[in-house]
Amino acid sequence: MDYIVHVAVLASIFATLAISLDLVIGRTGLLSVAHAAFYGLGAYSTALFSVRLGLPIYAGVLAGLLLAALVSLVVSLPSLRLRDDYFAIATFGFQLIIYNTFNNWTSLTNGALGVFGIPQPTVFGRVFSSRLDFLGVSLATVALAYWIVQRLSSGPHGRVLSAIRESELLALALGKNTLRFKLVVFAVSAALASVAGATYAVYTSYIDPSSFTVMESILVISMVIIGGPGSSRGVILGAVTLVVLPEILRTIGLPSAVSANLRQIIYGSLLVGMMMFRPRGLLGRYSFGR
Amino acid sequence: MSALRCENLVKVFGGVEALSGVTLSFPASGIVAIIGPNGAGKTTLLNVVTGFARPDAGSCWLGQSAITGLPPYAIARAGIARTFQDLRLVGALTALENILLAFPRQAGERLFNALTGLGIWRAERENLARASKIIEQVGLGGLGETAAGELSYGQQKLLTIGGCLATDARVLFFDEPVAGVHPEMISQIVDILDKLRDSGRLVIFIEHDIDTVRRVADWVVVMDHGRVVTVGPPTEILAQPEIMELYVV
Repeated sequence: MDYIVHVAVLASIFATLAISLDLVIGRTGLLSVAHAAFYGLGAYSTALFSVRLGLPIYAGVLAGLLLAALVSLVVSLPSLRLRDDYFAIATFGFQLIIYNTFNNWTSLTNGALGVFGIPQPTVFGRVFSSRLDFLGVSLATVALAYWIVQRLSSGPHGRVLSAIRESELLALALGKNTLRFKLVVFAVSAALASVAGATYAVYTSYIDPSSFTVMESILVISMVIIGGPGSSRGVILGAVTLVVLPEILRTIGLPSAVSANLRQIIYGSLLVGMMMFRPRGLLGRYSFGR
Repeated sequence: MSALRCENLVKVFGGVEALSGVTLSFPASGIVAIIGPNGAGKTTLLNVVTGFARPDAGSCWLGQSAITGLPPYAIARAGIARTFQDLRLVGALTALENILLAFPRQAGERLFNALTGLGIWRAERENLARASKIIEQVGLGGLGETAAGELSYGQQKLLTIGGCLATDARVLFFDEPVAGVHPEMISQIVDILDKLRDSGRLVIFIEHDIDTVRRVADWVVVMDHGRVVTVGPPTEILAQPEIMELYVV
């Protein structure tokens, strides 16, 4: 039971990441390869504020959220003024910079050894320590991300995002400041990813840079593409599929080295298969790259 | 008084002058057709006026305000709406939603309002009523809930005109509004343009279909090789055989 709850917590954390990335990829049509960087900023802020400064967990969560949103503007403001391709390249570069910062700024992050002993959060005097507690927290972050993305993707705001995705020129011709919309959406997405990172940090009580590599970003992109861009329910399904799949592989008794490689092959095959036979993903509304 | 003025506009693409010192002054209202062969600079002029291309020299004025160098969205907000030759719509949204998208200054487009819902619901109700009227006005009654991507080509053209109307712009720039459209629908579009004349707006349209120009335009601008060749009423301009032979394709 404990193991199932553990997998459910991980699936929820990745579902939050996938929903928030879908706001950028599926709803707005921008490709970001930096989601793991924002995830890491949330995780490291939470860890360092509590372990190094002795501040409450919530201060670290809030700092991570603000830092991610602020840093997202630094990345997106210059690149989004150019073409969307530059944005994808800029986010890739940013992802590499953040990972290397986590890995090499040892005086702050403890480098590859990571940060230990991240305390568990206390809510109304009750310490969250069991996996079931964390499942509640991680499901709450999924609900929060889902609600925010639904709000921003519907009504007048959502219509502008649809226009940016399908024809940015049309949105501009109708008087919409598309740059402002893209900056806001990217900042909100980054902030939500940082909350997922904070949840991960307090859940595992240990973080190291290996959880925030470009491969993690690609994994979350895969969840969005497989689940279906533009559908929060779809990307949740994508996240659950890609979190549960390796666990199933583990149960069939393959050596861990083989199953790790097999996992990458399966991800790749799934992506190719989806692009060929179901470009809208499992439950998606739009084809990726439209 | 002139609603829109262009002075000495120059635009060069890779050594080719698409606009070579275009100076034009448009009336405050009425319908102006811009004609000329392919490559005359008609669409480049439209792109420069609406901010989608930066002129290498010259300036544009909307009333007393200089609009040269402003981003397209700022020019649209200042009062110039446009359509595109290659139809641009949000195919996944319904026809009504495409009209709703075009309304200016919507509170629900701001992050705070989008998240809290403040000031949205009432405005949406009012906008929906206005959008339904525009849908009727452009002859798409009964198709409001149809996805824009599923409309016929002619219906999509009507929808793009409807989108321009929703912007409340006083200058409407249409790029080939009847090109590729069924003759019956051409009459429908001409009727809409006629009604726009009565609304006191300035309508400028680029067109190759001379019958449409003759039927609807109050004024004709002939362009070639990035220059304005002649300007005048259609009865005068379209009666010149050299214009018909040389510039109209």
